[in-house]
Amino acid sequence: MNKFEDELKTGNFVTSECNHCNRIVWPPSNYCDNCFREVNWRKVSENGIIIEFSKKEHDIFCIAEFENKIRIIGKLDTEINMIKPGQIIKLSKCLLNDKNRFFFSLENNQ
Amino acid sequence: MKKVAVVGYGNTKFTKDELPIESLLLESTKQVFDTTKNLSQDLIDGVIVSTNDNSKYLGAILSELSGIKPKISHTVEHLCSSGSSAVISGFSYIASGLVDTVLVTGADKIGNPGQILEWDKSRGEYDHPIYWASMFTKAHKRQFNTTDEELALVSAKNHKQAIDNPNAYSHKPYTISEIMNSKNITDDLRILDCSYSCSGSSSVLLASEETAKKFTDEPIWISGIGQKTNSASFTKNELTTLSSSVIAANDAYKMAKITSQEINVAEIHDAFSVCELMAVEDLNFTEKNTSAQYVRNLFNTEDRKINPRGGLIGAGHPLGATGISQIVEITQQLQNKAKKRQISNANIGLVHNMSAAATSSSVLVLKS
Repeated sequence: MNKFEDELKTGNFVTSECNHCNRIVWPPSNYCDNCFREVNWRKVSENGIIIEFSKKEHDIFCIAEFENKIRIIGKLDTEINMIKPGQIIKLSKCLLNDKNRFFFSLENNQ
Repeated sequence: MKKVAVVGYGNTKFTKDELPIESLLLESTKQVFDTTKNLSQDLIDGVIVSTNDNSKYLGAILSELSGIKPKISHTVEHLCSSGSSAVISGFSYIASGLVDTVLVTGADKIGNPGQILEWDKSRGEYDHPIYWASMFTKAHKRQFNTTDEELALVSAKNHKQAIDNPNAYSHKPYTISEIMNSKNITDDLRILDCSYSCSGSSSVLLASEETAKKFTDEPIWISGIGQKTNSASFTKNELTTLSSSVIAANDAYKMAKITSQEINVAEIHDAFSVCELMAVEDLNFTEKNTSAQYVRNLFNTEDRKINPRGGLIGAGHPLGATGISQIVEITQQLQNKAKKRQISNANIGLVHNMSAAATSSSVLVLKS
Protein backbone atom coordinates (compact mmCIF):
# COMPACT_ATOMS: atom_id res chain seq x y z
CA MET A 1 0.00 0.00 0.00
CA ASN A 2 1.43 3.39 -0.94
CA LYS A 3 0.85 6.88 0.38
CA PHE A 4 -2.17 7.36 -1.92
CA GLU A 5 -4.08 4.59 -0.17
CA ASP A 6 -2.87 5.55 3.31
CA GLU A 7 -4.19 9.06 2.79
CA LEU A 8 -7.41 7.91 1.13
CA LYS A 9 -8.14 5.86 4.24
CA THR A 10 -8.19 9.07 6.24
CA GLY A 11 -10.32 10.92 3.68
CA ASN A 12 -7.56 12.73 1.79
CA PHE A 13 -7.17 12.63 -2.00
CA VAL A 14 -3.46 12.95 -2.78
CA THR A 15 -1.35 12.57 -5.88
CA SER A 16 2.28 11.81 -6.48
CA GLU A 17 4.30 14.59 -8.09
CA CYS A 18 7.86 14.81 -9.38
CA ASN A 19 9.58 18.03 -8.35
CA HIS A 20 12.46 17.35 -10.70
CA CYS A 21 10.30 16.98 -13.82
CA ASN A 22 7.69 19.40 -12.49
CA ARG A 23 4.84 17.05 -13.38
CA ILE A 24 2.08 15.09 -11.73
CA VAL A 25 2.69 11.34 -11.65
CA TRP A 26 -0.67 9.64 -12.21
CA PRO A 27 -1.75 6.93 -11.48
CA PRO A 28 -0.09 7.29 -8.07
CA SER A 29 3.34 5.71 -7.78
CA ASN A 30 6.39 5.95 -5.54
CA TYR A 31 8.66 6.89 -8.45
CA CYS A 32 8.38 9.34 -11.33
CA ASP A 33 7.42 7.59 -14.57
CA ASN A 34 9.78 9.91 -16.45
CA CYS A 35 12.99 10.17 -14.37
CA PHE A 36 12.45 7.47 -11.71
CA ARG A 37 13.26 9.81 -8.86
CA GLU A 38 11.20 9.52 -5.68
CA VAL A 39 7.96 11.47 -5.82
CA ASN A 40 6.45 13.94 -3.37
CA TRP A 41 2.88 13.61 -2.25
CA ARG A 42 0.38 16.45 -2.03
CA LYS A 43 -3.35 17.05 -1.87
CA VAL A 44 -5.22 17.26 -5.17
CA SER A 45 -7.15 20.49 -5.75
CA GLU A 46 -10.80 20.26 -4.75
CA ASN A 47 -12.32 21.18 -8.10
CA GLY A 48 -12.35 19.11 -11.25
CA ILE A 49 -14.36 18.93 -14.46
CA ILE A 50 -16.75 16.29 -15.76
CA ILE A 51 -15.32 14.38 -18.72
CA GLU A 52 -18.20 11.92 -19.23
CA PHE A 53 -20.98 10.39 -17.17
CA SER A 54 -23.69 7.76 -17.10
CA LYS A 55 -26.16 6.35 -14.60
CA LYS A 56 -26.79 2.97 -13.00
CA GLU A 57 -30.15 2.70 -11.27
CA HIS A 58 -30.17 5.81 -9.05
CA ASP A 59 -26.42 6.45 -9.08
CA ILE A 60 -24.78 8.88 -11.49
CA PHE A 61 -21.13 8.01 -12.04
CA CYS A 62 -18.66 10.16 -13.91
CA ILE A 63 -15.07 10.50 -14.98
CA ALA A 64 -13.78 13.67 -13.36
CA GLU A 65 -10.48 15.32 -14.27
CA PHE A 66 -8.44 17.32 -11.78
CA GLU A 67 -5.54 19.64 -12.61
CA ASN A 68 -5.75 18.73 -16.33
CA LYS A 69 -4.35 15.28 -15.65
CA ILE A 70 -5.76 13.28 -12.76
CA ARG A 71 -8.84 11.31 -13.82
CA ILE A 72 -10.94 9.23 -11.46
CA ILE A 73 -14.40 7.69 -11.60
CA GLY A 74 -16.75 8.59 -8.77
CA LYS A 75 -20.34 9.10 -7.77
CA LEU A 76 -21.96 12.46 -8.59
CA ASP A 77 -24.70 13.74 -6.32
CA THR A 78 -27.09 15.63 -8.61
CA GLU A 79 -29.89 15.11 -11.15
CA ILE A 80 -28.94 13.59 -14.53
CA ASN A 81 -30.50 16.47 -16.49
CA MET A 82 -28.38 18.98 -14.58
CA ILE A 83 -25.03 17.84 -15.97
CA LYS A 84 -22.90 17.94 -19.08
CA PRO A 85 -19.20 17.39 -19.81
CA GLY A 86 -17.00 20.34 -18.93
CA GLN A 87 -18.94 21.31 -15.82
CA ILE A 88 -17.00 21.98 -12.64
CA ILE A 89 -17.45 19.54 -9.78
CA LYS A 90 -16.11 19.44 -6.24
CA LEU A 91 -14.74 16.41 -4.47
CA SER A 92 -17.07 16.19 -1.49
CA LYS A 93 -15.74 12.98 0.07
CA CYS A 94 -13.31 10.16 -0.59
CA LEU A 95 -12.56 7.00 1.32
CA LEU A 96 -11.11 3.54 1.07
CA ASN A 97 -13.12 0.63 2.34
CA ASP A 98 -12.46 -2.45 0.26
CA LYS A 99 -12.42 -0.19 -2.84
CA ASN A 100 -11.48 3.44 -3.52
CA ARG A 101 -14.59 5.59 -3.38
CA PHE A 102 -14.95 9.17 -4.60
CA PHE A 103 -18.00 11.40 -4.22
CA PHE A 104 -18.56 14.58 -6.22
CA SER A 105 -21.06 17.42 -6.15
CA LEU A 106 -21.75 20.15 -8.71
CA GLU A 107 -19.88 23.32 -7.77
CA ASN A 108 -21.91 26.48 -7.06
CA ASN A 109 -25.19 25.06 -8.35
CA GLN A 110 -24.13 25.65 -11.96
CA MET B 1 12.79 -13.81 -39.79
CA LYS B 2 11.30 -17.24 -40.50
CA LYS B 3 7.74 -17.55 -41.79
CA VAL B 4 5.22 -18.94 -39.31
CA ALA B 5 1.94 -20.70 -40.09
CA VAL B 6 -1.11 -21.92 -38.24
CA VAL B 7 -1.14 -25.64 -39.06
CA GLY B 8 -3.69 -27.05 -36.61
CA TYR B 9 -6.37 -26.00 -34.17
CA GLY B 10 -8.93 -27.02 -31.57
CA ASN B 11 -11.91 -25.26 -30.03
CA THR B 12 -14.31 -26.31 -27.27
CA LYS B 13 -17.87 -25.16 -26.95
CA PHE B 14 -18.13 -22.00 -24.83
CA THR B 15 -20.46 -22.67 -21.89
CA LYS B 16 -21.54 -21.59 -18.42
CA ASP B 17 -20.05 -24.78 -16.94
CA GLU B 18 -17.55 -24.43 -14.08
CA LEU B 19 -14.88 -26.83 -15.32
CA PRO B 20 -11.33 -27.11 -13.93
CA ILE B 21 -8.92 -24.96 -15.94
CA GLU B 22 -6.66 -27.96 -16.61
CA SER B 23 -9.58 -29.93 -18.12
CA LEU B 24 -10.51 -27.01 -20.36
CA LEU B 25 -6.94 -26.61 -21.60
CA LEU B 26 -6.63 -30.32 -22.29
CA GLU B 27 -9.88 -30.50 -24.23
CA SER B 28 -8.91 -28.14 -27.07
CA THR B 29 -5.35 -29.54 -27.04
CA LYS B 30 -6.77 -33.04 -27.56
CA GLN B 31 -8.65 -31.72 -30.59
CA VAL B 32 -5.38 -30.49 -32.10
CA PHE B 33 -3.96 -34.02 -31.80
CA ASP B 34 -7.20 -35.58 -33.07
CA THR B 35 -7.35 -33.42 -36.20
CA THR B 36 -3.73 -32.66 -37.21
CA LYS B 37 -2.04 -35.22 -39.44
CA ASN B 38 1.36 -36.65 -38.48
CA LEU B 39 1.33 -34.87 -35.11
CA SER B 40 3.02 -36.58 -32.20
CA GLN B 41 4.10 -35.20 -28.86
CA ASP B 42 7.80 -35.32 -29.65
CA LEU B 43 7.30 -32.86 -32.53
CA ILE B 44 6.13 -30.04 -30.25
CA ASP B 45 8.96 -27.76 -29.09
CA GLY B 46 6.92 -25.22 -27.15
CA VAL B 47 3.72 -25.15 -25.08
CA ILE B 48 2.30 -21.73 -24.20
CA VAL B 49 -0.82 -21.35 -22.10
CA SER B 50 -2.96 -18.22 -22.20
CA THR B 51 -5.25 -17.61 -19.23
CA ASN B 52 -6.34 -15.22 -16.50
CA ASP B 53 -6.82 -18.12 -14.10
CA ASN B 54 -4.92 -17.92 -10.81
CA SER B 55 -3.53 -21.47 -11.12
CA LYS B 56 0.22 -21.71 -11.44
CA TYR B 57 2.57 -23.59 -13.77
CA LEU B 58 -0.11 -24.36 -16.34
CA GLY B 59 2.36 -24.59 -19.24
CA ALA B 60 4.06 -27.49 -17.53
CA ILE B 61 0.78 -29.01 -16.34
CA LEU B 62 -0.76 -28.99 -19.83
CA SER B 63 2.49 -30.42 -21.24
CA GLU B 64 2.46 -33.26 -18.72
CA LEU B 65 -1.25 -34.02 -19.25
CA SER B 66 -0.59 -34.11 -23.02
CA GLY B 67 2.59 -36.19 -22.81
CA ILE B 68 4.69 -33.36 -24.25
CA LYS B 69 8.19 -32.56 -22.97
CA PRO B 70 8.70 -29.17 -24.61
CA LYS B 71 11.83 -27.04 -24.67
CA ILE B 72 9.76 -23.97 -23.82
CA SER B 73 6.64 -23.82 -21.68
CA HIS B 74 5.04 -20.96 -19.78
CA THR B 75 1.86 -18.96 -19.28
CA VAL B 76 0.90 -15.61 -20.82
CA GLU B 77 -1.57 -13.26 -19.10
CA HIS B 78 -2.67 -9.97 -20.64
CA LEU B 79 -6.35 -9.77 -19.62
CA CYS B 80 -8.73 -10.04 -22.59
CA SER B 81 -5.94 -10.16 -25.19
CA SER B 82 -3.98 -12.92 -23.46
CA GLY B 83 -4.76 -15.25 -26.37
CA SER B 84 -3.35 -13.11 -29.17
CA SER B 85 -0.40 -12.18 -26.95
CA ALA B 86 0.39 -15.87 -26.41
CA VAL B 87 0.20 -16.56 -30.16
CA ILE B 88 2.54 -13.64 -30.84
CA SER B 89 4.97 -15.11 -28.29
CA GLY B 90 4.79 -18.49 -30.04
CA PHE B 91 5.23 -16.78 -33.42
CA SER B 92 8.37 -15.04 -32.13
CA TYR B 93 9.99 -18.25 -30.88
CA ILE B 94 9.55 -19.82 -34.32
CA ALA B 95 10.38 -16.69 -36.34
CA SER B 96 13.64 -16.34 -34.43
CA GLY B 97 14.63 -19.89 -35.22
CA LEU B 98 14.69 -20.96 -31.59
CA VAL B 99 12.10 -23.69 -32.17
CA ASP B 100 10.00 -25.11 -35.03
CA THR B 101 6.64 -25.99 -33.51
CA VAL B 102 4.63 -24.33 -30.73
CA LEU B 103 1.26 -25.30 -29.28
CA VAL B 104 -0.67 -22.30 -27.94
CA THR B 105 -3.68 -23.12 -25.79
CA GLY B 106 -5.93 -20.59 -24.07
CA ALA B 107 -8.72 -21.14 -21.59
CA ASP B 108 -10.71 -19.43 -18.88
CA LYS B 109 -13.52 -20.34 -16.54
CA ILE B 110 -16.78 -18.39 -16.37
CA GLY B 111 -15.83 -16.81 -13.04
CA ASN B 112 -12.24 -15.96 -14.00
CA PRO B 113 -10.66 -12.97 -12.25
CA GLY B 114 -9.53 -11.29 -15.48
CA GLN B 115 -12.47 -8.95 -15.91
CA ILE B 116 -11.46 -6.56 -13.16
CA LEU B 117 -8.12 -4.80 -13.03
CA GLU B 118 -7.80 -4.33 -9.28
CA TRP B 119 -4.63 -2.29 -9.68
CA ASP B 120 -6.46 0.51 -11.49
CA LYS B 121 -7.07 2.93 -8.62
CA SER B 122 -8.50 5.54 -10.96
CA ARG B 123 -11.61 3.45 -11.58
CA GLY B 124 -12.53 3.69 -7.90
CA GLU B 125 -15.46 1.48 -7.01
CA TYR B 126 -16.49 1.43 -10.71
CA ASP B 127 -14.08 -1.35 -11.59
CA HIS B 128 -16.34 -3.63 -13.66
CA PRO B 129 -16.08 -3.34 -17.49
CA ILE B 130 -19.71 -2.14 -17.75
CA TYR B 131 -18.61 1.25 -16.45
CA TRP B 132 -15.96 1.96 -19.07
CA ALA B 133 -18.32 0.55 -21.71
CA SER B 134 -21.00 3.00 -20.54
CA MET B 135 -18.53 5.88 -20.84
CA PHE B 136 -17.49 4.76 -24.35
CA THR B 137 -21.12 4.43 -25.40
CA LYS B 138 -22.23 7.74 -23.95
CA ALA B 139 -19.28 9.54 -25.54
CA HIS B 140 -19.96 7.86 -28.92
CA LYS B 141 -23.61 8.90 -28.78
CA ARG B 142 -22.55 12.43 -27.92
CA GLN B 143 -19.91 12.77 -30.67
CA PHE B 144 -21.54 10.86 -33.52
CA ASN B 145 -25.26 10.99 -32.58
CA THR B 146 -25.18 7.19 -32.36
CA THR B 147 -28.58 5.72 -31.50
CA ASP B 148 -29.57 2.73 -29.37
CA GLU B 149 -30.91 1.15 -32.57
CA GLU B 150 -27.50 1.46 -34.25
CA LEU B 151 -25.83 -0.15 -31.25
CA ALA B 152 -28.43 -2.93 -31.26
CA LEU B 153 -27.61 -3.69 -34.92
CA VAL B 154 -24.14 -4.89 -33.86
CA SER B 155 -25.60 -7.27 -31.31
CA ALA B 156 -28.38 -8.50 -33.63
CA LYS B 157 -25.84 -9.22 -36.38
CA ASN B 158 -23.39 -11.02 -34.13
CA HIS B 159 -26.02 -13.08 -32.32
CA LYS B 160 -27.44 -14.09 -35.70
CA GLN B 161 -24.01 -15.11 -37.01
CA ALA B 162 -23.27 -17.10 -33.83
CA ILE B 163 -26.18 -19.43 -34.64
CA ASP B 164 -23.97 -21.10 -37.28
CA ASN B 165 -21.03 -21.43 -34.89
CA PRO B 166 -21.44 -24.77 -33.07
CA ASN B 167 -19.05 -23.63 -30.32
CA ALA B 168 -20.86 -20.38 -29.54
CA TYR B 169 -22.27 -19.68 -26.11
CA SER B 170 -25.46 -18.25 -27.61
CA HIS B 171 -27.52 -19.78 -30.40
CA LYS B 172 -30.51 -17.52 -29.96
CA PRO B 173 -31.43 -14.86 -32.51
CA TYR B 174 -32.55 -11.50 -31.16
CA THR B 175 -34.48 -8.78 -32.93
CA ILE B 176 -33.26 -5.20 -32.80
CA SER B 177 -36.30 -4.35 -30.72
CA GLU B 178 -35.57 -7.17 -28.24
CA ILE B 179 -32.02 -5.91 -27.85
CA MET B 180 -33.09 -2.29 -27.40
CA ASN B 181 -35.64 -3.36 -24.82
CA SER B 182 -33.36 -5.79 -22.97
CA LYS B 183 -32.44 -5.07 -19.37
CA ASN B 184 -30.74 -1.73 -18.70
CA ILE B 185 -27.37 -2.37 -17.07
CA THR B 186 -26.80 1.39 -17.05
CA ASP B 187 -28.56 4.27 -18.82
CA ASP B 188 -26.24 3.68 -21.80
CA LEU B 189 -25.84 -0.10 -21.84
CA ARG B 190 -28.34 -2.92 -22.47
CA ILE B 191 -27.51 -6.43 -21.34
CA LEU B 192 -27.70 -7.70 -24.94
CA ASP B 193 -25.05 -5.16 -25.96
CA CYS B 194 -22.57 -6.95 -23.66
CA SER B 195 -20.40 -10.02 -24.27
CA TYR B 196 -20.59 -12.71 -21.60
CA SER B 197 -17.79 -14.22 -19.62
CA CYS B 198 -17.96 -17.97 -20.06
CA SER B 199 -15.88 -21.14 -19.90
CA GLY B 200 -14.02 -22.34 -22.96
CA SER B 201 -10.75 -23.29 -24.54
CA SER B 202 -9.07 -22.81 -27.92
CA SER B 203 -5.75 -24.00 -29.34
CA VAL B 204 -3.57 -23.38 -32.36
CA LEU B 205 -0.51 -25.24 -33.50
CA LEU B 206 2.14 -22.96 -35.02
CA ALA B 207 4.97 -24.20 -37.21
CA SER B 208 7.89 -22.94 -39.26
CA GLU B 209 7.72 -23.06 -43.07
CA GLU B 210 9.98 -26.13 -43.21
CA THR B 211 7.84 -28.02 -40.66
CA ALA B 212 4.38 -26.82 -41.71
CA LYS B 213 3.94 -29.17 -44.69
CA LYS B 214 4.27 -32.17 -42.41
CA PHE B 215 1.03 -31.20 -40.65
CA THR B 216 -1.16 -29.59 -43.32
CA ASP B 217 -1.54 -28.92 -47.04
CA GLU B 218 -3.20 -25.59 -46.19
CA PRO B 219 -0.95 -23.61 -43.88
CA ILE B 220 -2.31 -20.18 -42.95
CA TRP B 221 0.50 -17.67 -42.63
CA ILE B 222 0.72 -15.10 -39.89
CA SER B 223 1.82 -12.27 -42.17
CA GLY B 224 1.34 -9.18 -40.07
CA ILE B 225 1.46 -8.39 -36.36
CA GLY B 226 0.91 -5.13 -34.50
CA GLN B 227 0.69 -4.59 -30.77
CA LYS B 228 0.43 -1.44 -28.73
CA THR B 229 0.02 -0.72 -25.03
CA ASN B 230 -0.89 2.88 -24.22
CA SER B 231 -1.57 2.51 -20.51
CA ALA B 232 -3.06 0.18 -17.94
CA SER B 233 -5.54 2.47 -16.21
CA PHE B 234 -8.74 3.25 -18.06
CA THR B 235 -9.02 6.92 -17.29
CA LYS B 236 -6.03 7.88 -19.44
CA ASN B 237 -8.05 6.80 -22.46
CA GLU B 238 -9.66 8.76 -25.22
CA LEU B 239 -13.33 7.80 -25.19
CA THR B 240 -14.31 7.74 -28.86
CA THR B 241 -11.33 6.03 -30.46
CA LEU B 242 -9.39 2.84 -29.74
CA SER B 243 -6.05 4.52 -30.20
CA SER B 244 -3.95 1.44 -29.36
CA SER B 245 -5.88 -0.48 -32.04
CA VAL B 246 -5.17 2.22 -34.64
CA ILE B 247 -1.44 1.88 -34.05
CA ALA B 248 -1.49 -1.93 -33.86
CA ALA B 249 -3.48 -2.17 -37.10
CA ASN B 250 -1.19 0.18 -39.01
CA ASP B 251 1.85 -1.82 -37.90
CA ALA B 252 0.18 -5.11 -38.87
CA TYR B 253 -0.84 -3.77 -42.31
CA LYS B 254 2.68 -2.50 -42.91
CA MET B 255 4.27 -5.81 -41.94
CA ALA B 256 1.81 -7.76 -44.11
CA LYS B 257 2.25 -5.25 -46.97
CA ILE B 258 -1.51 -4.82 -47.37
CA THR B 259 -4.14 -2.14 -46.96
CA SER B 260 -7.27 -2.56 -44.87
CA GLN B 261 -9.31 -2.71 -48.09
CA GLU B 262 -7.69 -6.03 -49.01
CA ILE B 263 -9.06 -7.80 -45.95
CA ASN B 264 -11.85 -10.24 -46.77
CA VAL B 265 -12.86 -11.33 -43.26
CA ALA B 266 -12.18 -10.12 -39.72
CA GLU B 267 -12.77 -11.17 -36.13
CA ILE B 268 -12.88 -8.01 -34.05
CA HIS B 269 -13.13 -7.43 -30.32
CA ASP B 270 -16.80 -6.56 -29.75
CA ALA B 271 -16.69 -6.80 -25.96
CA PHE B 272 -19.65 -4.37 -26.14
CA SER B 273 -21.63 -3.19 -29.17
CA VAL B 274 -19.92 0.20 -29.18
CA CYS B 275 -16.50 -1.50 -29.50
CA GLU B 276 -17.42 -2.91 -32.92
CA LEU B 277 -18.58 0.50 -34.14
CA MET B 278 -15.30 2.01 -32.95
CA ALA B 279 -13.13 -0.84 -34.27
CA VAL B 280 -14.44 -0.89 -37.85
CA GLU B 281 -13.40 2.74 -38.09
CA ASP B 282 -10.13 2.44 -36.20
CA LEU B 283 -9.06 -0.60 -38.25
CA ASN B 284 -9.86 1.54 -41.30
CA PHE B 285 -12.59 -0.67 -42.75
CA THR B 286 -14.79 2.40 -43.04
CA GLU B 287 -14.35 6.14 -42.60
CA LYS B 288 -14.84 7.94 -39.30
CA ASN B 289 -18.48 8.55 -38.44
CA THR B 290 -19.73 5.90 -40.91
CA SER B 291 -19.53 2.78 -38.73
CA ALA B 292 -23.25 2.57 -37.98
CA GLN B 293 -24.10 2.65 -41.68
CA TYR B 294 -21.32 0.13 -42.38
CA VAL B 295 -22.69 -2.34 -39.81
CA ARG B 296 -26.26 -1.72 -40.99
CA ASN B 297 -25.23 -2.66 -44.54
CA LEU B 298 -23.57 -5.85 -43.30
CA PHE B 299 -26.71 -6.75 -41.36
CA ASN B 300 -29.13 -5.95 -44.19
CA THR B 301 -27.11 -7.85 -46.81
CA GLU B 302 -26.30 -10.76 -44.45
CA ASP B 303 -22.62 -10.14 -45.14
CA ARG B 304 -20.62 -12.00 -42.49
CA LYS B 305 -17.34 -10.20 -43.16
CA ILE B 306 -17.12 -8.88 -39.59
CA ASN B 307 -17.24 -11.46 -36.78
CA PRO B 308 -18.48 -14.48 -38.74
CA ARG B 309 -18.26 -16.75 -35.65
CA GLY B 310 -20.50 -14.26 -33.79
CA GLY B 311 -17.80 -12.18 -32.16
CA LEU B 312 -17.53 -11.95 -28.40
CA ILE B 313 -21.19 -10.91 -28.11
CA GLY B 314 -22.48 -14.02 -29.87
CA ALA B 315 -19.77 -16.59 -29.21
CA GLY B 316 -19.00 -15.61 -25.60
CA HIS B 317 -15.78 -14.35 -24.05
CA PRO B 318 -13.63 -16.84 -22.13
CA LEU B 319 -10.82 -14.28 -21.87
CA GLY B 320 -7.70 -16.41 -22.33
CA ALA B 321 -9.31 -18.38 -25.18
CA THR B 322 -10.87 -15.47 -27.09
CA GLY B 323 -7.89 -14.29 -29.15
CA ILE B 324 -7.02 -17.87 -30.08
CA SER B 325 -10.61 -18.69 -30.99
CA GLN B 326 -10.62 -15.63 -33.27
CA ILE B 327 -7.47 -16.98 -34.98
CA VAL B 328 -9.07 -20.43 -35.35
CA GLU B 329 -12.07 -18.82 -37.08
CA ILE B 330 -9.94 -16.83 -39.51
CA THR B 331 -7.83 -19.93 -40.21
CA GLN B 332 -10.98 -21.93 -41.03
CA GLN B 333 -12.24 -19.09 -43.22
CA LEU B 334 -8.99 -18.89 -45.19
CA GLN B 335 -8.97 -22.69 -45.56
CA ASN B 336 -12.53 -22.56 -46.90
CA LYS B 337 -13.63 -24.81 -44.01
CA ALA B 338 -15.99 -22.48 -42.16
CA LYS B 339 -19.11 -24.32 -43.43
CA LYS B 340 -22.26 -22.17 -43.10
CA ARG B 341 -20.16 -19.23 -41.90
CA GLN B 342 -17.90 -19.28 -44.95
CA ILE B 343 -17.06 -15.98 -46.67
CA SER B 344 -16.51 -16.61 -50.38
CA ASN B 345 -13.01 -16.12 -51.79
CA ALA B 346 -11.43 -15.26 -48.44
CA ASN B 347 -7.66 -14.97 -48.85
CA ILE B 348 -6.69 -12.37 -46.26
CA GLY B 349 -8.12 -12.19 -42.74
CA LEU B 350 -7.66 -10.06 -39.66
CA VAL B 351 -7.86 -10.63 -35.90
CA HIS B 352 -8.35 -7.73 -33.49
CA ASN B 353 -8.06 -8.48 -29.78
CA MET B 354 -7.80 -5.88 -27.02
CA SER B 355 -7.63 -5.48 -23.25
CA ALA B 356 -9.10 -3.25 -20.56
CA ALA B 357 -10.96 -0.66 -22.62
CA ALA B 358 -8.38 -0.79 -25.42
CA THR B 359 -5.57 0.37 -23.18
CA SER B 360 -3.72 -2.26 -25.23
CA SER B 361 -4.46 -3.98 -28.54
CA SER B 362 -3.20 -6.77 -30.79
CA VAL B 363 -3.87 -7.04 -34.53
CA LEU B 364 -2.85 -10.01 -36.67
CA VAL B 365 -3.11 -10.38 -40.44
CA LEU B 366 -3.41 -13.94 -41.75
CA LYS B 367 -3.01 -15.06 -45.36
CA SER B 368 -3.75 -18.32 -47.15
